[in-house]
Amino acid sequence: MKRSGNPWRWLIILPPLLFLLIFFLVPFFYTLKISFADSVIRIPPFTDVLTRTATHHLHLSLSLASYRRLFTDHLYGLAYLFSLRLALCSTLICLLLGYPIAYAIARSRRSTQNILLLVIILPFWTSFLLRVYALEAIIANGGLLNTVLLRLGVISHPLVIMYTNLAMYIGIVYSYLPFMVLPLFATLEKLDPSLLEAAADLGSPPWRVFLDVTLPLSVPGIVAGSMLVFIPAVGEFVIPSLLGAPGNLMIGRVLWDEFFSNHDWPTASVVAIAFLVLLVGPIAIYQHISGRQLES
Amino acid sequence: MSGGNSAFRITALCIGIAVLYLPILVLIGYSFNASPLVSVWGGFSTVWYAELVRQKSLLDAALLSLEVAFAASSAAVVLGTLAAISLVRFARFPGRFLLTGMVTAPLVMPEVITGITQLLLFVSLLQTFSWPHRGFLTIVLSHVTFCIAYVTVTVRSRLQGADRSLEEAAQDLGAGPTRAFIEITLPLIAPAILASWLLSFTLSLDDLVISSFVAGPATNTLPMLIYSKVRLGISPVINALASLIIAIIGTCVIAAGWLMRRAEQRRELEMREAERANAATALSGARDRPPLAFRSPS
Repeated sequence: MKRSGNPWRWLIILPPLLFLLIFFLVPFFYTLKISFADSVIRIPPFTDVLTRTATHHLHLSLSLASYRRLFTDHLYGLAYLFSLRLALCSTLICLLLGYPIAYAIARSRRSTQNILLLVIILPFWTSFLLRVYALEAIIANGGLLNTVLLRLGVISHPLVIMYTNLAMYIGIVYSYLPFMVLPLFATLEKLDPSLLEAAADLGSPPWRVFLDVTLPLSVPGIVAGSMLVFIPAVGEFVIPSLLGAPGNLMIGRVLWDEFFSNHDWPTASVVAIAFLVLLVGPIAIYQHISGRQLES
Repeated sequence: MSGGNSAFRITALCIGIAVLYLPILVLIGYSFNASPLVSVWGGFSTVWYAELVRQKSLLDAALLSLEVAFAASSAAVVLGTLAAISLVRFARFPGRFLLTGMVTAPLVMPEVITGITQLLLFVSLLQTFSWPHRGFLTIVLSHVTFCIAYVTVTVRSRLQGADRSLEEAAQDLGAGPTRAFIEITLPLIAPAILASWLLSFTLSLDDLVISSFVAGPATNTLPMLIYSKVRLGISPVINALASLIIAIIGTCVIAAGWLMRRAEQRRELEMREAERANAATALSGARDRPPLAFRSPS
């Protein structure tokens, strides 16, 4: 079973490999194909790219109309920039909030550590959709935050947070915080305490120890956590559609509208392909290269 | 550790926990609010829970979601465990690079992208092969895809930590490699498999975006129904439903975690006792006396 070259091992490898090929990778090629189709009113709502003619020749008709739309209609460019900025800022806030939490857990006693980890992970297990919805009860105009602040006399008019960009920031940071804390904790936990002691013994004040030893050694955790927050946040749909302003420019919501409201499947495909080429591709290549460097 | 440092630690933890739990607690509080408005406290009431049972569409959707989650997580556990075994135990095989990529990519891929690509696959397949019709099957297939990723990550790290020498010892004693794996390593990674089944179950139960794309017009899962009800603002019935779901999932996760920890501790204890017995045997053997356990009381 384990000797390489044993044909039986394919019984183990093939089922997941084939399943993921068919249902994860192949769909991207179909998307690429449909991105070259034209949008028409029928079911399914796009023209055939490859057709078999009466004389059994394959006929290829590529349309670049949807790609042209991507560049001529400013909506898409603005949406990408807006989503990137929002995701980047949210990732930074998650990092600033998550780092002290991960650090505190990593420095606790073992028994406390397990409980704290469970406490951090537990919200991740409960429904994402419902947690975003739960935020609404706090930040809505008549929600808990405004009710309390009005009663205390801190404000005279309710704060408008709901359906603004601020609400989206709060939503993303709140929902994705565990994804930042866990990888950070994993690297901070492995940190050798004797290194910190050595630095302290050599006369470094605590903040120097942190900057010179802890922070550089936790870079893998920072990178992993940031990836887990940043990429899904760029394409987030639930948060902008429930908390953001109607018609906000988050790319996930734009794509959803293109698909469900405009029934323009080819344009939605182009937006998805552009997302992959602009964001996921470069990050995958970067990870691949840095992985190679780490090995050598 | 200095006092200032520990105060800082406690503050960081308190802020973190408050951020994570406050909205959930507030939601549960509001689910008992007699008034349908969040700005008014109308007194304690369970009227929304009673209303919940009366809405047949919610019950139907919940049942469908549970069936989907059960099917998807069970299939994902099998495929994901096989993928983890492939990646940990087979150092090189054609397609290894591809498999590594395909089990990590769904973890970060935005759901709208996965959803739209999978829908286009299903639509194209339907055009060519008249199969699969959108509904239960397509939802399960797409959920299996992203659940495999979580199963593989969890089982893989557990498998990497598992001690190979025990399995090798079993093989030295004459067990075939498959039997050695099933009897030695499988019990060791069983907690990870169970945990990833639970995680897959809850992730599938919760999925809105991918399901919306692949479900087709006639099928409604619970998150899709919830989304259609809360899109325009707060709904007290959904408050009750959400509190119920969170309470059930929370209890299950805590119970499962507690049971797994106990099983783990028992296993560790047994291992330690076995080691101690071995050591005792070796010691007493060195002194030419029968092992402690076999000595007759004098």
